[in-house]
Amino acid sequence: MLRYIGWRIAQIFVTFFLFLTVVFLLFQAMPGDYTKQFIMNPRIPPEARQALAERLGLTGSVWDQYIHYVRNVFTGNLGVSFQYYPREVWDVIKERLPRTAVLFLVADLLAFALGYPLGKYIAWRRGRISDYVVTVTGVLFYTIFTPLLAIILLFVFSNVLGWFRSGGFLTPSLWLRPPVSPQTVFLLLTATICGLLGLWGGSYFLTRRIGHPRPRTWARRGLLVLGLGVAVIAWWYSGIGKYAWDIVWHMFLPVLAVTLISFGGTMLLMRDSMLEVIREDYIVTAKAKGLPEKVVRDKHAARTALLPTITNFTIGLGFIVSGGIVTETMFSWKGMGLTYLEAVLQQDFPLAMGCLTFTGILVLLLHLVVDVLYAFLDPRISY
Amino acid sequence: MVSEKVKIEPLWKIRLRLSFQSLCRNWALFWESRIGPLGLGIILFFVLLMIAHPILMATVWDPRVYDPIMGFDRALVGRHPAPPSWAHPLGTDPIGRDILSQLMWSTRSEFALGVTSALITVVIGTLIGAICAYFGGIIDTIFMRLADLVMLFPFIALLMVLRSVIHLDLWRLALVMGILSGFGGITITLKAQALTVKVKPYIEAAKVAGGSAFHIIRHHIIPNIMPLSFLYMMFNVTGAVFTEAVLSYFGLLDIRMSWGIMIHTAESAGYLGAFGQYWWLWAPPGAAITLLCFAFYLVGRGLDTVVNPRLRKR
Repeated sequence: MLRYIGWRIAQIFVTFFLFLTVVFLLFQAMPGDYTKQFIMNPRIPPEARQALAERLGLTGSVWDQYIHYVRNVFTGNLGVSFQYYPREVWDVIKERLPRTAVLFLVADLLAFALGYPLGKYIAWRRGRISDYVVTVTGVLFYTIFTPLLAIILLFVFSNVLGWFRSGGFLTPSLWLRPPVSPQTVFLLLTATICGLLGLWGGSYFLTRRIGHPRPRTWARRGLLVLGLGVAVIAWWYSGIGKYAWDIVWHMFLPVLAVTLISFGGTMLLMRDSMLEVIREDYIVTAKAKGLPEKVVRDKHAARTALLPTITNFTIGLGFIVSGGIVTETMFSWKGMGLTYLEAVLQQDFPLAMGCLTFTGILVLLLHLVVDVLYAFLDPRISY
Repeated sequence: MVSEKVKIEPLWKIRLRLSFQSLCRNWALFWESRIGPLGLGIILFFVLLMIAHPILMATVWDPRVYDPIMGFDRALVGRHPAPPSWAHPLGTDPIGRDILSQLMWSTRSEFALGVTSALITVVIGTLIGAICAYFGGIIDTIFMRLADLVMLFPFIALLMVLRSVIHLDLWRLALVMGILSGFGGITITLKAQALTVKVKPYIEAAKVAGGSAFHIIRHHIIPNIMPLSFLYMMFNVTGAVFTEAVLSYFGLLDIRMSWGIMIHTAESAGYLGAFGQYWWLWAPPGAAITLLCFAFYLVGRGLDTVVNPRLRKR
């Protein structure tokens, strides 16, 4: 197992270097010298421009610049953003990366929680009317033009129903004199979400000694409810609960949009994979033994069918990140995607380069997580 | 005496009959999938829209009013964007052009872009998949790692940067997208398929008969992975149309008119803020993009049941 993970990490490092090289060459191919951008901006003094050029190694040859760039990526020394002038690129990315990561983590888990059972269900009832209806709906959401979905969601939930604000990261009027910075609150929220996820995963390990399946399920659910309750009470009495709620409230619509877009992918993959599995002999055996349909479907077929679904999930990761740019822009969620788009449009190249690099790192990390998960789930992998 | 009466059919006739039979069989399977024909129906609807536009322009519509790019309706000055009426079934945009005419005119470029890009992708993907599977070794490793890298890249993000390097118009965008996704995930899938073909006995037979590598790849491997390539072509059309729409929506392309640009026009003129009030500015092009992507995806899934016997009804 460890050897397998180590081998994957080595491979991912090679891919990462190639990725860095491509990003570097791409920005190298840009016409002109990018330190000359924003030359009309009086807030950026020429000395700063000179200092930036030296810091990024832009004075040397292409090879020097490349070495500089790779070193800078690993030390977080990515230069100064032109758009937010005195701020460091790394500083901006440090602020924006968690927002994107949390948005996609929550939305993708929800999409999986929706797509996996639906896929299982429609594969089991293939050819029925429910199969066609759910498949067509899934495809429709999967291929919907993302801005259109965002407009419809904003129209329904924000204009007609008035439940949510039309975007942004927080309500400015509420945050006039906050006791802590939004970033701290957001990081604490992230920690809460990760903690709950950890508890969910850990509950499987904690309760595996319980012999009978029914008390085991109840113990697991109890643990989860307990964790959720503790988290809610802790936030309630911390005094910053209303600030946290404000951020969560703003997260609803983007999360809903990403969930709706990506559940179809998981569902269709699960359906196809399930259709292949239920032709296997052991499914017939399980049915012949007189096991209930539900047990055959959930325990025998779905678990095997899950593996190809996870593999194919990694193929769609780049697509999900691309879609993230659109979603974030539509809901003015200041994550990596929106920052990247703005940086590209404003020709703020140090920031754009940083965003692209760190989006790549995020995708690679996700790849690694999925690989490790796969190694755990697939009993055939035993390196 | 009897043997002389047996009429020998020419080979081309047999071939034609066989391919017609397989076409009928596959069509029946495609029809049975239900969702495939639905997609095909939507595509046909768009084809009709595309054909109808020049005819309407030549007969009913006055080019000075209805031209998708230069048109302007003087009868409604000061009232643009005008809501749907008999003269303009889907209303007019902020600068007085007819929305329906724009919608129909853009269909042509969407088809051109989608099909060109997908064709390039599939040709590259099929060739590389077949070559990788046949030769293996270092060639295989290089292209597979390359595919990993391309899959890693967020496509739209890349094109956003690329647009300041290359002047992206419709054909160049199709070319760039086609080439890039041709080296992506499609090679992995097609290589996997080609590997199952490579171990078949007839490949051995072809080798023994003295067929060169080029001959075997061209006449034995590629025809056998062709159905799968065709299937992926449909999914790639969806991807290409979607990408173009997103980039045009952000106003990043040098295209004069497309569905994405129609929404971009509405947004940059500030009419997207009041969602319900000016619905005809965003709903028709948005729905058109969605429906076309949806249709090609459905056709792809319908073909999937034809190509992949395990997905068929038992």
